[in-house]
Amino acid sequence: MSDWLEIAAWLVFLLPLASFVLIVAFIRPFFIQYADVAGRITIGAIAIAFALALVLFVEVVNNGGRQIGWTGHEWLAVGEFDLSLGIFMDGLTAIMLVVVTGVSLLVQVYSTGYMKDDPGYARYFAYMSFFTASMVGLVVASNVIQLFVFWELVGLSSYLLIGFWYHKPSAAAAAKKAFLVTRLGDFGFLLAIFYLYFNGATFSAAGLNALDIPDIHDAMNMGIIAPGVAMWIALGLFAGAVGKSGQFPLHTWLPDAMEGPTPVSSLIHAATMVAAGVFLVARFFPVFEASEIALNTVAIIGGITAVLAATMGLVMNDVKRVLAYSTVSQLGYMMLALGVGAPGGGIFHLFTHAFFKCLLFMGAGSVSHATGGTFDMRYMGGLRPHMRWTYITFLIGSLSLAGIFPLAGFWSKDEILAFAFGGDGTVSLVVFLLAVIAVFMTAFYMFRALFMVFEGEYKGGADADPDAESHGPSDHPHESPHSMIGPMGVLAVLAVVAGLLASPIIDLGPIPKHWLVHDFLHSDGADFNILIAAGSTVLALAGILLAYLMYLSKQISAERVGSAFRPLYILFSRKFYFDELYEEVVTVRLFYRVVARALDWADRSIVDGAVRLVDQFSRNVGRGIAQAQTGQVQGYGMAVSVGVLAILGAYLLFK
Amino acid sequence: MDFEGNGLLTATVFLPLVGALLIAVLVRNNRHVRLVAGATIVIDLLLSVLVFTAYDLAKGGVQLVDRAPGWIPIDSFKVEYFLGVDGLSAPMVLLTGLLGFVAIFASWGIKERVREYFVWLLILQTAVMGVFTALDFILFFLLWELEMVPMFFLISIWGSGRREYSAMKFLIFTFLGSAFMLVGILIIFFSTGTFDMVELPGAMQGAKLLAPAWLVFSLIFVAFAVKLPVWPVHTWLPDAHTDAPTAVSIMLAGVLLKMGGYGMLRVSAAMFPDVMVDAAKFLIVLGVINVIYGAIVTLRQTDMKRLVAFSSISHMGYVLVGISSVVGVAGVVSPVGLTGAAMQMFTHGTITGLMFLMVGLAYEKAHTRHIPDLGGLATRMPIIAVGFLIAGLASLGLPGTSGFVSEILIFLGTFPVWGWWTGVAAFGVVITAGYILWMLQRTMFGPQLPRFSDVRDATKMEMVPVVALVAAVLVVGIYPAIISDYFSEGLTGIVNSIQQSAQLAMAQ
Repeated sequence: MSDWLEIAAWLVFLLPLASFVLIVAFIRPFFIQYADVAGRITIGAIAIAFALALVLFVEVVNNGGRQIGWTGHEWLAVGEFDLSLGIFMDGLTAIMLVVVTGVSLLVQVYSTGYMKDDPGYARYFAYMSFFTASMVGLVVASNVIQLFVFWELVGLSSYLLIGFWYHKPSAAAAAKKAFLVTRLGDFGFLLAIFYLYFNGATFSAAGLNALDIPDIHDAMNMGIIAPGVAMWIALGLFAGAVGKSGQFPLHTWLPDAMEGPTPVSSLIHAATMVAAGVFLVARFFPVFEASEIALNTVAIIGGITAVLAATMGLVMNDVKRVLAYSTVSQLGYMMLALGVGAPGGGIFHLFTHAFFKCLLFMGAGSVSHATGGTFDMRYMGGLRPHMRWTYITFLIGSLSLAGIFPLAGFWSKDEILAFAFGGDGTVSLVVFLLAVIAVFMTAFYMFRALFMVFEGEYKGGADADPDAESHGPSDHPHESPHSMIGPMGVLAVLAVVAGLLASPIIDLGPIPKHWLVHDFLHSDGADFNILIAAGSTVLALAGILLAYLMYLSKQISAERVGSAFRPLYILFSRKFYFDELYEEVVTVRLFYRVVARALDWADRSIVDGAVRLVDQFSRNVGRGIAQAQTGQVQGYGMAVSVGVLAILGAYLLFK
Repeated sequence: MDFEGNGLLTATVFLPLVGALLIAVLVRNNRHVRLVAGATIVIDLLLSVLVFTAYDLAKGGVQLVDRAPGWIPIDSFKVEYFLGVDGLSAPMVLLTGLLGFVAIFASWGIKERVREYFVWLLILQTAVMGVFTALDFILFFLLWELEMVPMFFLISIWGSGRREYSAMKFLIFTFLGSAFMLVGILIIFFSTGTFDMVELPGAMQGAKLLAPAWLVFSLIFVAFAVKLPVWPVHTWLPDAHTDAPTAVSIMLAGVLLKMGGYGMLRVSAAMFPDVMVDAAKFLIVLGVINVIYGAIVTLRQTDMKRLVAFSSISHMGYVLVGISSVVGVAGVVSPVGLTGAAMQMFTHGTITGLMFLMVGLAYEKAHTRHIPDLGGLATRMPIIAVGFLIAGLASLGLPGTSGFVSEILIFLGTFPVWGWWTGVAAFGVVITAGYILWMLQRTMFGPQLPRFSDVRDATKMEMVPVVALVAAVLVVGIYPAIISDYFSEGLTGIVNSIQQSAQLAMAQ
């Protein structure tokens, strides 16, 4: 393939990076009064990157979704170790590039409205540019270590943006938590890299490089990697994915990450970065496929996460937290799809989810804007007449997420359900059931949120909320500016039509049935199953109906339901006590107060104590010997004579 | 006395000493003292850059040799004046030049006994620069000893807290180690008849040592172990760091500790390949203890300087872990782990130098290093906060900073040899992230505290060393080959000789 394409691919990465460097090196220190320029630079750079991503996408489509190969560029070489940076361009990369740059572009436009007047405006866009560059670097990486580098850098962006308002203790704590919990998973990722490298001889015997992603695919296809080896590599990589994608049991950081500005939540903690774990598993799918244990682990963890997170979403009062748990749950859905052997379905859902979830977060930001800065749904209500556009787009997003025909979410969710149902073995059946339960809960919590926010009476917004941090004017809710509504409109359209790219029954001519899954990602797809499609729709409608009865018509009292299931309600709203377990019990009580304290004590008392003992011993000995220094020559003479005799004696004895 | 060579290295090593003498003898005014010290160190930095770039990588081997054979005119005792650099020492010269520069500029605000202070600091620079370039064992030893004198005075006069105690503790530990080393050096000389550190690796092969090789090895290794420092002889380090003035901490963590790792490679590994291979199993165990124990104890520290000091113990453990890969797998020794260890010395030098610099700045502004008393500093001092953040992220091995490169090389080089031991050591990166981010959260972030409402950010002068170190951290992180190519060239000889002895051992 021609060189200009590779240059284009590098530019998709380099443009946002250049935007970051420009803002950090010039705008921030020298032109702080022209902070708006930062937003324009960012949008310009990402817009060009998006256009290039579309060009690359078309090229990959013309290539039948298969890999376009370029040779790497040497970065670090020591002995037999040779690390080259390169671009791995195939269907998966191409679709991720479009999603990342496209959604990022819309979020940046939205941010110019949402972040207007924030004193950290330029810093915000610098971070966002850095994030976009890192995320692009992650999806194009052709080498495991290269991928890991950007994997960590998106983590850094996430850390910086969650802690964007670093003066808030909760934001600083959430940022640290996000970094540490994901790093725990990354430790597994690292071990997987070590283990790959450890098996380097097997690769090099076949003329392959153990750290190059295309070579890993080749090695798996050639069958030279034993399933046992593949299993450990896959599980290590999956540990990284669990951390990054907020899967059980490392899901606790993601809801806290909502401390960041809302556009950050919509881009990083909903649409793109948290989906990187799903991308990672899909990227290394040949390795996972070689081990049934690895695949089943992915499926079970995904299934558990889908349901567990949904239960917590049922009871949250903060609209962003509802969306956060929903994101965790949907990511579980994607993992579950990968685990039952449908990477195409998982990525399809990633694709549609990016649009409607990003849209929903933007909606949450918009209503918060209108109500003076609260996210607590108990102080909203009645916003529908004041915010037509926000309401309509939020409704579309909710319907799409709930999986209502014929919106985007319906097709991707149906793809996963049908595939899991069609799989054989207990695991498929179990995760299918878990996925079905999640469908009902998803519809319920989304419409609970919708009704609490937009219907009924307005309850005062930030002024009424004792915990609201920023107090804007909240007496008269108003629609958000065009810069915010515009991107929401675009996303709403996508949340309706994006599913057509891989619909199992609609043939659009140039886009035949199953196109994205079959022809582009070269993955197995499930046949349309009318029973499952209808059944899941009915379930979703039932969820919506229940939400209607409880929160709109109030025919069922939410309070009475809550008290009837009180223990469950407490369990869900306390998030199953995971935070207490991890932070209080394990980290503070066990590790910090017992292990670390004991070692610190030992270091001072035993190790350094031994030193002091030697010190004292030599002082005392010195004092003892000093007493012999009497200054009397007779005494010295005596000692010398005895010494000479002793040496002579020893010499004669041992001669 | 004949002198061979172009004198570049001699100038690099002794220019600071000349500057020190100049200040001691001629300069009286404190402002002029600073100017002379600053000019000296800037030229010395340029010279060290020149040494680094003048070294011809394609040619390899020892270059830029300056030697004067009849330095100490005793015929039977062939002590030479012999300086030179190879791939292993060239980056260390650069590192020393850079950190010396940083240390002098970080001392700009010293008020007390200014003249003496800069004299000692410049002498220290000569000593350290000399250790990395000396290729005669006695010269190496003399410079190694010389470094203790300025350190002792710098800590005990310009330090804080229990400064006399800490200075004395540093002196006794180091002195004890080097006393053993001298015995080792003399045994080697009387066995081989040479002090030439370039010839010695070859001369030691097949030479009949006057004492068992493991004993000579241990005598010398102790000195390096104290310096690095290796658990359990590390306890001098937290005290020395906590009580030393900022610039001295920078030199101590930045270059003095590296003398230990440098010695392990230059002397222990190169001259005793067989013993080194046998000792590797102890090194990996000690390395893992250093890394994990050091990191856990770091978590408990409440004094910022002490925290960074303990983190150094943890990070120097990675050097041991990397060196322990000398055993190789099935008789094949990979240079990856050793290169990683050498890289770790370089990168930790710049990262921890930056860390101590930022701690020093924050302390100067906020007048406390006690973490529970701090908080919310980022609002008033954003530039210092950014410097701190970069130092912290590099310290926790974030990709894009130099810390990542050395750690990944160490892990990849060592994992095939020591398997899960390496895995345990790698868990250090999680704990490191814990103490670094927690410290940042408690000192820099959170609401601005009233008692810090009028603290000031760094001045332009204070920014000079910060920018220099940040640039070093990022450049090596983004394009590590500019340093790693030197190290992998410099370590080829060592790797080959270990390879040979490993194969010999396999054949027997």
